[in-house]
Amino acid sequence: MDRRHALKVLGAAAALPAIVPNPPAAPDPAATKGPTWTGPAGTPSDPNLITPRVWWPKKLQAGELVTLSALCDTIIPADSHSPSASAVGVPDSINEWASAPDDDHREGLVKLRGGLVWLNLESERRFSRPFARLAEAERHQIADDICYEKTAKPEFKGPAQFFDMVRDLTATGFYTTREGMKDLKYIGNVPLQKFDGPPPEVLKHLGLE
Amino acid sequence: MTNTQAKRVQYDAIVVGSGAGGGMAAFQLAVNGLKVLLLEAGRNYDPLRETPMFHLPKDAPLRGEGTADKPFGFYDATVDGGWRVPGEPYTVAQGSDFMWWRARMLGGRTNHWGRISPRMGPYDFKPRSRDGLGIDWPLTYDELEPYYDKTEALIGVYAHDQSLENTPVSRNGTQLPPPKPRAFELLTRKYAAPLGIPVIPAPIAVLTRMQDADRWPAKLFPGNPLAQRVVRQSMRSRLACFYATGCGRGCSIKANFQSTTVLIPPALATGNLTIIPNAMVREVTVDQRGRATGVSYIDKTTRTDKQVRARTVVLAASACETARILLNSKSNLFPNGIANSNGIVGKGLMDTVGAGIGGQIPMLENLPPHNNDGTTCLHMYTPWWLYQEQLAGKLDFARGYHVEFGGGRDMPDAGIFWGLEDYTNGAYGKRFKEEARRYYGSFVYFDGRGEMIPNDDSYCDLDPTVVDQWGIPVLRFHWKWSKHETNQASHMVKTFAQIIESMGGKVVGNLETDGTKVIAKGGQIIHEVGTVRMGDDARTSALNAHCQAWDVKNLFVTDGAPFVSNADKNPTISILALAWRTTDHILAEMKRGNI
Repeated sequence: MDRRHALKVLGAAAALPAIVPNPPAAPDPAATKGPTWTGPAGTPSDPNLITPRVWWPKKLQAGELVTLSALCDTIIPADSHSPSASAVGVPDSINEWASAPDDDHREGLVKLRGGLVWLNLESERRFSRPFARLAEAERHQIADDICYEKTAKPEFKGPAQFFDMVRDLTATGFYTTREGMKDLKYIGNVPLQKFDGPPPEVLKHLGLE
Repeated sequence: MTNTQAKRVQYDAIVVGSGAGGGMAAFQLAVNGLKVLLLEAGRNYDPLRETPMFHLPKDAPLRGEGTADKPFGFYDATVDGGWRVPGEPYTVAQGSDFMWWRARMLGGRTNHWGRISPRMGPYDFKPRSRDGLGIDWPLTYDELEPYYDKTEALIGVYAHDQSLENTPVSRNGTQLPPPKPRAFELLTRKYAAPLGIPVIPAPIAVLTRMQDADRWPAKLFPGNPLAQRVVRQSMRSRLACFYATGCGRGCSIKANFQSTTVLIPPALATGNLTIIPNAMVREVTVDQRGRATGVSYIDKTTRTDKQVRARTVVLAASACETARILLNSKSNLFPNGIANSNGIVGKGLMDTVGAGIGGQIPMLENLPPHNNDGTTCLHMYTPWWLYQEQLAGKLDFARGYHVEFGGGRDMPDAGIFWGLEDYTNGAYGKRFKEEARRYYGSFVYFDGRGEMIPNDDSYCDLDPTVVDQWGIPVLRFHWKWSKHETNQASHMVKTFAQIIESMGGKVVGNLETDGTKVIAKGGQIIHEVGTVRMGDDARTSALNAHCQAWDVKNLFVTDGAPFVSNADKNPTISILALAWRTTDHILAEMKRGNI
């Protein structure tokens, strides 16, 4: 970890709610002078940050996405707090991640694809059906064997690494959506007139009152 | 003004680089009536139009994850930079490990930096006198103190209000009140106290209220109506922080300090500043007497060489890039590069010692929901607290470090819950969601930032064979930590583990305490300084006590290159204060007719 962890609080509200600054801002003295501004070049190291776009094609096939969706929903199913992973587009975010054009992600793509093939082979072997067509209890039977590398049997250690990668990616995909943030009760990314620090119930919880 | 016109004009000053040091120099010279040309190697950048305020990770590629192209994440302000710049390589000597961070944009690294602004203290200027190691600065804290005051009043810095040992604050009310601490900061303060570790408000260049535009301009620039007018206008255009959306993205309401929001706009408003972006400076040009006549640069848009002329040249291209320009400025008079007759340029390269660990704190689990964003920068930190123990020889390293820490219920972003399997024995399904709710916000991290002592094995020189895409020979880095740094890094992680345990928490992962393994790479903390050292003696320094080249009296350096030591205090505020002081000297020398 490094100090930048402290700096990467990211934005949550799409539009800036109307807050009126104390005195109105004076005109920006730079507005009429300075060199010509042409904006971002639109390259990977100078992308447009205001209207982001993904510039690489996605590589997973339809069949792979069906299996991946089933796995994502096994990891993050719907409950009374929030919808399932696939309901908020997580498989698509993993497809984007695994298709990214650099070495790290290329390795991830191989691991992901290999894992999806293994998952279906294992499902066929145990239940004569692909993973996406298994009942929840059947999916759990496989997942229980591969959900934790440290305690997995030797033959499941490789699949456990695959499962862990997908779990991490599913968590990223899910909890960065509005639904996921709401589930965690993240409160922030809204402009405030003043910052009051933690409320009394937090201080009480921490024994700081 | 077009580039062609600019080429023909004789400027009073050329400033190379538009970050902290260059922005301050250009601003000061312009408000004092000089015709200034500012050259920036990157593109023009406008935080008012380009900052992704409030944008969500879900709308960014890879949910905002850092990549080789955008190492601090998609929304980080840095343009064409990071650990690599397209078409502009550097090399690292065999056996060395060094990483060089650059940005290619107006305002340089001030657009994304951590805004951490601690003053150097009295000890920091005289390290050799105190412990026999390193080199003393040719100035004292007392000499720089008024410039710290003025710089803080100009840019806006919140801070603690009481000075601690070698941790001074303003005696003249130039600092702003700090924001209220967040939950994890209060908790850390409580549990660090019994260990004798202080936790106090951090000095940060963010406005916690609007600047007093009626008071400061007249106080900062007495008798200078032009400066007062543009600064008043600038201060009125900056809003106070509204406690949301990360500072590393930049700030379109100008609540934090960026050269592009605080220095360059008022400098332009004087009508005295011309900026040429995409100008990659190759060398300082000289006349037959050995005076600087200007610089030559590559116009990146046309890939052609251009020359511009001025009475004085100020380099502020960043510590290493400035050294590179000097070393590449070879002529019959200066065969080893300009300002380098004693071979000192490139030597003395320092970074900051860095090491850190994370902790999981059960007390922070299941906290009632609340807003933890704050300024998004540090509200609290720990200044170095063991000066007396060190002086008494109780520690196995010579210099101090401060502690930056974070945690709590921040906005979920890429990588959230990586590693949660180890806390939950591989949870998935509905149990995973329950565990996520429980653990969210319960992690903290501590990072040490410490002083490195300059050594003979850490320096940069020109690579004998490699050039960049502009045909300019590139830098080659040589690097070695000494025991003082690796022992310090070991002390950091052991101390942080103590704090975490005292909070009832557990260190994340296995605790490694071997300093040689936990210390960050050279350059990785992005505090490179020292490559064009100032000093009292022309034989052992490149610049005099006014950051004026001994060999060339109309050549100055105002970035981190003149630093003699690299205290644990993050360098930007000292670069700004020193640059202001240097421009005062330039103006005085011009008035005296010496330049």
